[in-house]
Amino acid sequence: MTGWPGLDRFLHTDPRDVGCDEAMAALHVYADLVAADAGAGLRYPGVAAHLRACGPCGADFEGLLAAIGGPDLTD
Amino acid sequence: MMPEHPAAPGSAPEVRAADPESAAWLAALTSTGPPREQALARLHEMLVRVARGEARRRAGQLRITGPELDDLAHQAAADAMMAIIGKLAQFRGDSRFTTWAYKFVMFEISAKVGRHYWRYPDVSMDAGDWDRLPDRLGGGPADEAQGRDLLAALRTAVSERLTERQRRVFVAIVLNGVPLDALVAELGTSRGAIYKVLFDARRTLRAELAANGYLDHGTVRQT
Repeated sequence: MTGWPGLDRFLHTDPRDVGCDEAMAALHVYADLVAADAGAGLRYPGVAAHLRACGPCGADFEGLLAAIGGPDLTD
Repeated sequence: MMPEHPAAPGSAPEVRAADPESAAWLAALTSTGPPREQALARLHEMLVRVARGEARRRAGQLRITGPELDDLAHQAAADAMMAIIGKLAQFRGDSRFTTWAYKFVMFEISAKVGRHYWRYPDVSMDAGDWDRLPDRLGGGPADEAQGRDLLAALRTAVSERLTERQRRVFVAIVLNGVPLDALVAELGTSRGAIYKVLFDARRTLRAELAANGYLDHGTVRQT
């Protein structure tokens, strides 16, 4: 810890993070799995890691989930 | 960053035949005459509905309302429709067709939100506002003196350890609060490219601060 939690969080990088391109390529599959509560994070740990870290991809995911009637993750 | 192919054996579901509803969409959209026209009209109607919902959800970022917001939603739906028709052969049946199709609406809305930002930019691309960094990151330093030391070390690391492109992206996004998709629009690149630059910059900065005893080397968050 740094004594500065915000900086510590920002500088944290997850080596499982697959990046935007791969996460976006799988986003529809991931969203359907989340909507069906079918273990999306276990099947796609790298996508899950990316969506936690990338604000824009996270926003696309939340929007897609809202569009298909999945669980609300905004809270 | 580690690659994770959607169809990698053992880590993802295998490609399967489309569900009946998705198969019906594909059949109609690849047919000819009235059945195709009807499917296109129905799909467009659904895309507009989803685009409107998403535009409303992001209205705070757009700072527009009413007809202008509705117009943006219609443009996003139309552009998504073009992308869907152009990429129809790429749909592999590994999700519902509508989920796959709605994904393109999200992409179009995001791109438009990013471009829209520059209609009313409230920051400079180059001047870094270091004083606001604690606010930007949230959860500021617990100890003022320690925070000053850490901030100084971070400034030195940004100046001396980052490449010019990494520094430019860091200043724009982290110091000046430019949304990532807005920077993508400004620089004419991709979201993935900017994210990778920032990802590498974060890793470099952490390693530098850790080497100088300001924080630990931990790189994997246990969740």
